[in-house]
Amino acid sequence: MEIVFYIAAIVAVASTIMAISRLNPVHALLYLILSLLSVAIIFYVLGAPFVAALEVIIYAGAIMVLFVFVVMMLNLGQRAVDMERQWQRGSMWIGPSILALVLIAEVAYLVAGPGTASYGGAAIEPKQIGIALFGPYLIGVELASMLLLAALVGAYHLGRRTPEKTEK
Amino acid sequence: MASIPMHQGLLLAGILFALGLVGLLVRRNVVFTLMSLEIMLNAAGLAFVVAGARWGQADGQIVFMFILTMAAAEVSVGLALALRIYHRFKSLDADAVSEMKG
Repeated sequence: MEIVFYIAAIVAVASTIMAISRLNPVHALLYLILSLLSVAIIFYVLGAPFVAALEVIIYAGAIMVLFVFVVMMLNLGQRAVDMERQWQRGSMWIGPSILALVLIAEVAYLVAGPGTASYGGAAIEPKQIGIALFGPYLIGVELASMLLLAALVGAYHLGRRTPEKTEK
Repeated sequence: MASIPMHQGLLLAGILFALGLVGLLVRRNVVFTLMSLEIMLNAAGLAFVVAGARWGQADGQIVFMFILTMAAAEVSVGLALALRIYHRFKSLDADAVSEMKG
């Protein structure tokens, strides 16, 4: 089981690197879907099968399909790739990469300290999650539903086609 | 389940978060910016699930579901805004929107 975790972790990091560095949006999206699927495998290995299923269905399924639809609607082609190539110069990557490496070194230093623990427990079943979700976290569920309603109304308002004369 | 040291899971979450941060800082395309935000949110959720698995509690997974809800809401509004920006400015450049000279 351990080797599955390490392989999935390597795939996740490599595909995320590819996702943030591709010029073509569709290629980047496919690499991002690969990254999300490998994170789902990691969830399964860690004993969270319900969250692994949610990751595949909602993240890799619904949210990435939204991205793919928008990229298709925008109809970006070779022109977008050329524009990205013009924007992306090699020197742009130096500063952010150094800063991120410093942060990663700090995180590694902090979490690899003494007293590290392993997972020994069993998998957490969906039943446990449901009981906790509709018990102590009920107010959070209600707030999440209000957030989704607000996002629905907001996306509808922004996506509405306004007549040309009200533009500007 | 697997006996993986906890710091390795947290380290993976940190690496993914930092990669998303690099993408957010480097890319100028609005769609790539939203994708980097998704990477960062997913990494934060991974850290919560790792911590929940460490203590054998369901709370980490519940927080991941709240993060998932928030990511879905954020990406729907963000992509609608990206479509508006593209229709108005004929470009996905984030700098094209800097009309408000403050």
